[in-house]
Amino acid sequence: MKKNQSQEEFIKGIWRDNPVFVQVLGMCPMLAVTNSAINAIAMGMATFFVLVGSSFLVSTFRHVIPKQVRISCFIIIIATFVTIADYTLLALVPAVHKELGAFIPLIVANCLILGRQEAFASRYPTKLAVMDAMGMASGFLLALLSLGSIREILGDGALFGINLFGENFEPWVIMILPPGGFLTLGVILLFFNWFKLKKDEFLEDVAAAERGGN
Amino acid sequence: MNAPTDTSSPSSLRLVLTLAIAGLVSGIAIIGIYESTLPTITANKARELRAAVFKVLPGVSQMQALVYRDGDLVAVEKPDKDEPVVYGGYDEQSEFVGYAMPAAGPGFQDTIAILYGYKPREKIVVGMEVLESRETPGLGDKIYKDAEFVGGFSALSVEPEIYAVKKGTKSQPNEIDAITGATISSKAVVRIINETHADWSAQLPTPGSEPQLEAAETAGPEAEQ
Repeated sequence: MKKNQSQEEFIKGIWRDNPVFVQVLGMCPMLAVTNSAINAIAMGMATFFVLVGSSFLVSTFRHVIPKQVRISCFIIIIATFVTIADYTLLALVPAVHKELGAFIPLIVANCLILGRQEAFASRYPTKLAVMDAMGMASGFLLALLSLGSIREILGDGALFGINLFGENFEPWVIMILPPGGFLTLGVILLFFNWFKLKKDEFLEDVAAAERGGN
Repeated sequence: MNAPTDTSSPSSLRLVLTLAIAGLVSGIAIIGIYESTLPTITANKARELRAAVFKVLPGVSQMQALVYRDGDLVAVEKPDKDEPVVYGGYDEQSEFVGYAMPAAGPGFQDTIAILYGYKPREKIVVGMEVLESRETPGLGDKIYKDAEFVGGFSALSVEPEIYAVKKGTKSQPNEIDAITGATISSKAVVRIINETHADWSAQLPTPGSEPQLEAAETAGPEAEQ
């Protein structure tokens, strides 16, 4: 039972409660850094590290932190992890850090992270909180990666910097510019909402058929 | 758990202590990561700069930082912060070849920082490398992705100053073909070089009396490519 619950917390972040496609959180990094797949992965990994680390600490110390100062404590914890991620990226992969620029420090302001601390990590045991954070962060990473891949393929004719179509491909430049982010995200959200409507319709049909059958 | 029914209020001392401890631990963690990554970050930056200097000055294998102090260009090991600096490039025999000049100015979106190689004897620019730019991907970023444009800086006269002209109409040694679709970015690069050249031209010594090589920084094994 316990095992099933932690699995459930993990899966829900990837699909049912996907932070980007369902909760529509973290839009600022989502739109800003998904102009190539590699940037998307770097931002996704940094967010993963910050979210899992913060959720672990917040959940571990949830009985110690008085509720009057909880938001300040969450922000201190998150900001520390963000600074660690910032310097580590700068030392290890300076080229990627240059591309992401100001958006690494801005992870602090990603409402997805503070939202998970307030809504989940500060209320549940450490193990569940870490599973929840890992699920949400993976969902965020996958969303960034799908947006980044689509935009890089259409806007640059490449994926992970590897040319896909050869010389004759005319890149659809707008896709790697800011408007391309909005266009791609809009189309994906459209798909998710259409899928949800279809699913509800289907469930209603099934229920109606069952009623009719009886 | 912070249940919403919990109405008892902890003492102010406890609130202050909690925040103080959190801040202290956080500060120690940040100092730790800063100290442990600083050497790598500094080394990365120095290596990038060296690679750029050797790229914009063909034939150079040693370099030193030069600053303008008391009416003279002198070699320094470590320039002061915010002090304008140029890099002198020297060949195998420690003969002066040219200057690598860092320059920066507004581009189409944000500041463009470049490094260009300048040979004072011939009064020509011999190479240009963009160090930092946030120009539009696919258009303005051609200032460093378009090999033709970058190659145009390999023998460009600065007399009286550089002009960016419409692509394919270059006829004078001080003209360079602008990039179609990125006219503003190309002109920005040219303007940055012109302004920097004007700022420095009075401070550079007459050709032939450049500072001798003192504290040489060689290419090193990692910058061989």
